[in-house]
Amino acid sequence: MASAVSSLRPAQLKRPWFTRARQRELTGFLLVLPWILGFITFTAGPMLASLVLSFFRYNLVADPIFSGLENFNYIFNKDPLFWGSVRRTVVWAVSVVVIGVTISLSLAMLINSKVAGNGIYRVAFFVPTLTPLVAGVLLWNWILQPTYGPVNSVLSLIGVKGPGWLLDPAWAIPALMLIYFWLTVGGANLIIFLAGLQGVPVELYDAARVDGANAWEVFTNVTLPLLSPTLFYVLVVGTIGGLRVFALPFMTAAGAWSVGGPEDATYFYLIHIYQNAFKYNNMGIASALGWIFFMAVILLTIFQFVGSKYWVYYEAGD
Amino acid sequence: MTVKSVLPANESINILQYKKPFSINRLILVVLGIVLSIIFMFPFVWSISSSLKGPTEIFIIPPRLFPLEPRWYNYERIFTIVPLTKFFQNTMIITAITIVGILMSSTLVAYGFARFNFRGRNVLFILLVGTLILPPDLTLVPRFILYNQLKWIDTWLPLTVPEFFAVNAFLVFLLRQFIMSIPLDLDEAAEIDGAGPLRILWDVILPLIKPALATVAIFAFLGAWNSFIDPMIFLRTTEKFPISVGLRFFQTGPDMGGEPREPLLLAASLLMSLPPILVYLFAQRYYVQGIVMSGLKR
Repeated sequence: MASAVSSLRPAQLKRPWFTRARQRELTGFLLVLPWILGFITFTAGPMLASLVLSFFRYNLVADPIFSGLENFNYIFNKDPLFWGSVRRTVVWAVSVVVIGVTISLSLAMLINSKVAGNGIYRVAFFVPTLTPLVAGVLLWNWILQPTYGPVNSVLSLIGVKGPGWLLDPAWAIPALMLIYFWLTVGGANLIIFLAGLQGVPVELYDAARVDGANAWEVFTNVTLPLLSPTLFYVLVVGTIGGLRVFALPFMTAAGAWSVGGPEDATYFYLIHIYQNAFKYNNMGIASALGWIFFMAVILLTIFQFVGSKYWVYYEAGD
Repeated sequence: MTVKSVLPANESINILQYKKPFSINRLILVVLGIVLSIIFMFPFVWSISSSLKGPTEIFIIPPRLFPLEPRWYNYERIFTIVPLTKFFQNTMIITAITIVGILMSSTLVAYGFARFNFRGRNVLFILLVGTLILPPDLTLVPRFILYNQLKWIDTWLPLTVPEFFAVNAFLVFLLRQFIMSIPLDLDEAAEIDGAGPLRILWDVILPLIKPALATVAIFAFLGAWNSFIDPMIFLRTTEKFPISVGLRFFQTGPDMGGEPREPLLLAASLLMSLPPILVYLFAQRYYVQGIVMSGLKR
């Protein structure tokens, strides 16, 4: 088609090099150019620079000093906060992904059951996910306030002394999860699950019923396998999102404790990077920490893709 | 559908699939739905109530759901205690610039990827999709160093300029999928009529992807409105803060002579949450469309 059109134009026959195909190639390249420039300037360039910096001592003021593997040696062997932040972050990511996905899927199934009022429930679950994180944290700071908050007031009515929530090292993480789930479970994942559930053919349920399967068997043998591609996507995105936890603990800590508090209970990996970069101006160590994180994310994603072959079900011919 | 009629009526699988006139299971689900909705809405209700309380009432135990004398005056005071008008203005300007930048750059780049063959296109596209899993706060430290070198710290440039270079890979990807769903015949017909690439984009493609553009605009709006980490790290001067950083400034900042700041903080938080919720209520369709697209990546 393309060559047929260009052969009709005598002007281009005279200049065989600048053919219509080449012209289109150039146009396409020019259209994509903004992204290429942006990618180099704001993503690839800074990342490479930080890879280089991870082998330097750099405090933004003095010139960088080459220090070999010193930063990595410090991080892995001497840094008193590194391994704790890694452990906390992994526990957090696994917990919020498993619990959060379970809640989202349950809510999606509730809405998909088309009981009376499901349109209202859907909006009620979704609206919290639109709340700006900063505002959401401030709302919850007050709801979980140990003395004057409604949660502990209700608990005291039934004779239970409520915990200190965000102010108590033992309860800070559960409190953070509560806020996190309120801010996320009714959002993107629920909508994606709902789309997935609506794609399950009704005949499959009928067939399972005829074979005498009970509700749980239908769920594990029909619904879950057909949802597995969706579930896979949600798990990959959710795990990375969980590991990146930062703004939430950063904001809650601002109320009464220094960042990462109380008593380092919410001192996650990205907070560790933040503290090194912007509190102590250790740009070299912060860069090294960033690259360790980047490598971990890539390895984890590859691992999930390889592992998915064993449990994700794709319909034939899809 | 004779199969359906032989099934026992009270089995729970039915309630997940078919409308039934009445059953205990459906009743339980309705009750569950209502209770959960109340729980999800409770933080808003409680915050609205608390935001209307006075400095003594806020500390009454047990707390009351309805304030004795709602102090609407609190919503005026927050604008005098902190420069809230300025913060909202800043957020609006930054958000508007961001939306324009994203719409312009993402459309051009998506059009390039969707319609033109050029050397290295596939490699570049894989890189673009690859940046989807790249956490943006991972590049925070190197970007800070870059902006520091460029003397962009404490300006809005780090928040706005990158948006004109299609750095949001997800939105480019979304638009590309939409453009690819438009029949190529339309482009070719316009080309025979003598239209150039940009004219084809403007006259043929843009009118057909309006819903997708609305989706992209909404995502751009929400991203910019809620953005917190970037402005907090790249800005220094209070007068330049957007409302997100302004709220934090309010939370940790000026002393109010011992007066509790909770009612006022809650009032400001609720005001900040209102625009995203309103946008969603009026443009639900475009929002859902974007999310479903994100889950259907192939």
